[in-house]
Amino acid sequence: MIEPMDFLLWTRGTAFDVAVTIFIIGVIIRLFEIVSLGRVKSLAEPKGTEFLPGMKTVLTRTLPNGGTFKRQPLTIIAGYVFHIGLLVSLLLFIPHIELFSQTFGFGWPGLPNPIVDAAAVLGIVGLLAALWNRLTNPVMKMLSDKEDYLVWILTFLPMLTGYLAYHRMIDPYPLAMGLHILSIELLLVLFPFTKLMHTFTLFLARWYNGAMSGRRGVES
Amino acid sequence: MVDSNNKTLGETLRRNGVSRRGFLKFCTATASMMALPPSMAPAIAAALDKARRPSVIWLSFQECTGCTESLTRSHSPTLENLIFNHISLDYHHTLQAASGHAAEAAKEEAMHANEGKYLVVVDGSIPLGNPGYSTTAGISNLQTLEETVAGAAAVIAVGTCAAFGGLPKADPNPTGAVSVSDIVKDKPVINVSGCPPIPVVITGVLAHYLTFGTLPDLDQYGRPKAFYGTSIHDRCYRRPFYDKGLFANTFDDEGAKRGWCLYKLGCKGPMAYNACATVKWNEGTSWPVESGHGCLGCSEPDFWDAGGFYNALSIPLGEVSRTASVAAAAGLVLGAAAAGLNYKTKSEAKKRHGRVTVEDLEKTS
Repeated sequence: MIEPMDFLLWTRGTAFDVAVTIFIIGVIIRLFEIVSLGRVKSLAEPKGTEFLPGMKTVLTRTLPNGGTFKRQPLTIIAGYVFHIGLLVSLLLFIPHIELFSQTFGFGWPGLPNPIVDAAAVLGIVGLLAALWNRLTNPVMKMLSDKEDYLVWILTFLPMLTGYLAYHRMIDPYPLAMGLHILSIELLLVLFPFTKLMHTFTLFLARWYNGAMSGRRGVES
Repeated sequence: MVDSNNKTLGETLRRNGVSRRGFLKFCTATASMMALPPSMAPAIAAALDKARRPSVIWLSFQECTGCTESLTRSHSPTLENLIFNHISLDYHHTLQAASGHAAEAAKEEAMHANEGKYLVVVDGSIPLGNPGYSTTAGISNLQTLEETVAGAAAVIAVGTCAAFGGLPKADPNPTGAVSVSDIVKDKPVINVSGCPPIPVVITGVLAHYLTFGTLPDLDQYGRPKAFYGTSIHDRCYRRPFYDKGLFANTFDDEGAKRGWCLYKLGCKGPMAYNACATVKWNEGTSWPVESGHGCLGCSEPDFWDAGGFYNALSIPLGEVSRTASVAAAAGLVLGAAAAGLNYKTKSEAKKRHGRVTVEDLEKTS
């Protein structure tokens, strides 16, 4: 018989070690591969610099694009609301910071729980809106494949279980906490092999786009 | 040791100078603690007043006697203590005067005289690894438990060792320790967990049994819901500090002095279900969190293996930073290998790359 406490200890012990190992190895292999592949040397004469235009694009692509906002407001709003909610609840919740400081050896100040709680609600609402958008917007629906829905579930489960655990809506608490940790482990294990890799690759990609344009002397 | 002087509980209390008012106050408090409606208090009073001494056999297995200490010493001489004294403790090898064959004979006698009616209280876990790990009068704990429980009305597993295996069961469990409920399947088992458990919980359970002849509502771990229904975290007077994000970072910093939340110092209150925060200890004097130390979660299964007592609940059990470093090193090695393979593929593709001249293009078009 699996007791909630046995389950919690397993998720905090063996399962966590396995998930973190797969996650870190996977992410490093993929990043190393991308960077080490390199690019064929361009023989064309450069018409501008690469570094600064690259950095500028990292910034501009992080800000909402006016044209896209006019055409697809929900994509932009849901995307921002979800990502801000996720990052605040992931990085500024005190128990999470305790975990990071144990892992990296340093921590940072967190936010009071009611604020993190509100951010988590925004994150969950944002994710639901993003799914609704994906299912109802014909363009989004056509562009979506199975992986998009898988990634949505992988992201949604930790936020949902975290909310339920914080508000102690699953009884007993060890079960709630165990489910939350397990859902994150699932996310960590599949992270390197799915689109979730954008967490790390987006800066590379944005910089590269900007740098290419800069070299050609055009605006990105 | 079977008492032929079969007084009722009311008679015992009056003989000890307990007033009617004091007794009714106790009954009201018990009703409220057990989450019963206040109107039940007179019923409890009537039932307890008339209650005959229930025969209790107390078995001690792999334990440290801390539970017995907690129950017999902490509240004396209160009503709880008197009720505890009133029960006919026919066998308790730490407390009884008799020893050797006389003690074992007293147990046999109590079992026969009260067949099907006596209560068995167990503290300590039962070793299954080798019967010789823990014996009483040369009889293994397992055999003693099975024989004694056969004619019992119910079993009360006192303390985390009896309820869940406790410290003896801690990884790697050298004695193969198990809990009472792992062995006793055909009798009601009430778990009163805690290391040690709160004495009032025992008297509460006994009062319930004497009043209604039944056992109180139990949670999924077989613990009385009235006491174990809510977590320490939910009843903690320091909870507002947790919600505000105000934490003590060390045991002597400003936060600790101001009584802020002890989560970062390893308090296991969020996963611990017990009544310490409301009932408190030593006649309501204080309890661990009030004295400045986080909850160890001692009323929960496997609390001994649930990570360092001074590690926050959210910290994994293993050494995360070491696991992460090893994984990062492995990732770099594997990444370099992948890069090498890619480089080889690229250079081979380059070699096979044919050159197309203008003549070739004209030919094909």
